Amino acid sequence: MKPMTHLQRLEAESIFIIREVAATAENPVMLYSIGKDSAVMLHLAMKAFAPGKPPFPLLHVDTTWKFREMIEFRDRRAKELGLDLIVHINEEGVAAGVNPFSSGSRVHTDVMKTQALRQALEKHRFDAAFGGARRDEEKSRAKERVFSLRSAEHRWEPKSQRPEPWRLYNTRKRQGESFRVFPLSNWTEADVWDYIAIENIPVVPLYFARKRPIVKRDGMLIMRDDDRMELKPGEAVEEMEVRFRTLGCYPLTGAVRSEARDLPGIISEMRSSRSSEREGRMIDKDGGASMEEKKQEGYF
Amino acid sequence: MSTALRVLPDGEIEAASAVALAEDETFAGPAPDEVVQPAASLLRFITCGSVDDGKSTLIGRLLHDTNSVFDDQMEALERDSRKFGTTGGDLDFALLVDGLSAEREQGITIDVAYRYFSTAGRAFIIADTPGHEQYTRNMATGASQAELAIILVDARKGILPQTRRHSFITSMVGIRSVIVAVNKMDLVDYDEAVFRRIETEYRALLPRLGFTDVAFVPISAKSGDNVANRSASMPWYDGPTLLERLETVRPETLEDTSAPFRMPVQWVNRPNLDFRGFCGTVASGRVAPGDAVVSLPSGRRSRVKAVFGADGEAPGAGTGEAVTLTLNDEIDASRGDVIVAVGDALKPSRQVAADILWMSERPLIEGRRLVAKLSSSQGPATVRRLSEAVDIHSYEPRATSALSMNEIGRVTLAFERPTVAAPYDSARELGAFILIDPTTNETAALGVVTSVEISSGEDSVEASAGTTYAAVPRGNVGERLRARWLGSAARRPEVARALVRFRAVSAVILGILAILFGMPILGAVVLAAIDFALRPFLWQVLSPMPPRRDATAGDAFGDGAGI
Repeated sequence: MKPMTHLQRLEAESIFIIREVAATAENPVMLYSIGKDSAVMLHLAMKAFAPGKPPFPLLHVDTTWKFREMIEFRDRRAKELGLDLIVHINEEGVAAGVNPFSSGSRVHTDVMKTQALRQALEKHRFDAAFGGARRDEEKSRAKERVFSLRSAEHRWEPKSQRPEPWRLYNTRKRQGESFRVFPLSNWTEADVWDYIAIENIPVVPLYFARKRPIVKRDGMLIMRDDDRMELKPGEAVEEMEVRFRTLGCYPLTGAVRSEARDLPGIISEMRSSRSSEREGRMIDKDGGASMEEKKQEGYF
Repeated sequence: MSTALRVLPDGEIEAASAVALAEDETFAGPAPDEVVQPAASLLRFITCGSVDDGKSTLIGRLLHDTNSVFDDQMEALERDSRKFGTTGGDLDFALLVDGLSAEREQGITIDVAYRYFSTAGRAFIIADTPGHEQYTRNMATGASQAELAIILVDARKGILPQTRRHSFITSMVGIRSVIVAVNKMDLVDYDEAVFRRIETEYRALLPRLGFTDVAFVPISAKSGDNVANRSASMPWYDGPTLLERLETVRPETLEDTSAPFRMPVQWVNRPNLDFRGFCGTVASGRVAPGDAVVSLPSGRRSRVKAVFGADGEAPGAGTGEAVTLTLNDEIDASRGDVIVAVGDALKPSRQVAADILWMSERPLIEGRRLVAKLSSSQGPATVRRLSEAVDIHSYEPRATSALSMNEIGRVTLAFERPTVAAPYDSARELGAFILIDPTTNETAALGVVTSVEISSGEDSVEASAGTTYAAVPRGNVGERLRARWLGSAARRPEVARALVRFRAVSAVILGILAILFGMPILGAVVLAAIDFALRPFLWQVLSPMPPRRDATAGDAFGDGAGI
């Protein structure tokens, strides 16, 4: 018998985690953010319950500032797979005119992502939410449990996390408490791309290099996805061959110059890259421990 | 080292770092212009040892020297080193991994951090575990998932109590391969005698630990000696560098490849009326369509109809694979049950002997009722006996009446429901458990089963064929007598009631017979009463129960009945 490969071991581990949630949570949901990690997580969930379907819906917290291609991809995938998709928008935030340009990335993220997520979880009374976060993304995520307990107020307490020996997850919780569960905890960016290539998993075309309308702003390459992005004096839209390593709100997500038009190109580029995938994320740069702070407030 | 060695033409890092400048700028890891296949194998390891032995620094060094730190992370590290660094202007590699703000402020590791890197042939998952005694639970968590441990020792301080504690926990959770890395050799002038002294001192501990594969490497994590690059300062050391050892080691683990097929049922998949699949991860052995299996504890038998693996229907599946099985018969099996090959000696049990690491601030005393989670089964359990605690200095057991936080103890654990357990050193999956405090929900202990007391055959078709005996609860005399009197029926009230009725009726018949044979009525009543009360014990005298196996013997494992 051949020993399992690195990716096969990760795959089996993730399926175990996904099934564990289905077996122990009363009302689980899978957060689907449309990115590559979500794509892999969804693929694993399909495998975990084949020939049936995952016994939980997908939830997308829409900030209304996602790339248009992401939204098209989201709706197509949910339909193809026959899954329930819940889209939640923080309407109060929309009414208050919160947006990434004038409100700033910190306020926008808090209102349209963190608060919106809390609203959605409370509205539907979900007691476990899958997230596609990986421990290799960022230092405070490296400390995150697979089953991360959140208080009734959605707070994360990094100092009092439950030990997770072996794969014995303590899934007991009090009324109102919930879990954030990360089945891809032990995957790296390279693992995710290798797996997408091997399993032929569809991903949003924004990951592949193409000529796109780009504005240089604050040292980042921002794709002008619609005319809500007003040009500042001296700025111009240039056609540039770029792709995205990570996908979020388009005004906050930097593109990278690239010629990687297909999966082998992406994989080879990633392996030779000298910068982390989160380099293009503005929200990580609010300060040294900012991800940790956001997580404490209820962000993923 | 592999062919992937290369020089990084990165002037910025060099210019910013005196440490990086001082050494040979060679890096392991994939070259930028070649597309590398996904790493074939995966090694999970932990670093452990006492506070300030340099664990975080070592991991930072490994990541840096294998070219696993990105430029933007390097820039952040330079910034953070100036702000929080403890290395006086040099890069403080510990800040690459200590990600919580409290950790950065205090310069200690609080929680286990997971780090990832890969070289040409192997991917690595490191659990960087805290050295501080207060966070031993996090160290144990990291160890339980690892195949190998790097035990760091500070060359200036030698073996400390925490080195011994971590070594014991490492051994307890079944790691057999360790690397003892004697760190900070730069601070003892790279003196071979210091290294040899520590090696000798550590070897003296080995008879008390279960390690079968031990390597000693003298290193300096701060300056990179013998981590990824061979040290010019220690020509007397001719063994592999730490990274070479990590890349080539085939960790010895407890996994017994000859074990029969076992799969705890994690989830029952019923997408429609025609499909009923049992989902789980294969704990040991192989399974294929047509195999005869039995579900425990019910003892129901069936055959495997189909095996679905990660890629759909498969000709079979082995250890570690997440599968879904369909069976030929509609047998009742649910989460917490275990599907095993017919002929497996595994039996449900009520009571196990175990070693536990107590992790709660409230001490453990005998009689405490907790919730035990063992593989996919979860239910109330009582710590019946706390026989001893293990002294972390001498590894000798000592009598105790309570276990306080971070102490290791030997206990007898009684499950309220029959549970399929096995000794950890023969079956990792069915021998590991956690204990949960039912009031606070905290994970109060982790433990490994050292031996299983097979209680009785009533819950297992397999076990009923051979010699069985009731596990006598360690309760009061009345309780024990009742258990003896009822035998195996004591576990099930409805069976016990039927047995009492049967014995009463037979005693009455005996009394009537005695009267028919001319005995006085009073004598007949006394005879019937004596028969009712004492006959069960008479049977036990005539056919004595098998002697109780020594609960601490590692391989004590029921009686093998039914095989």
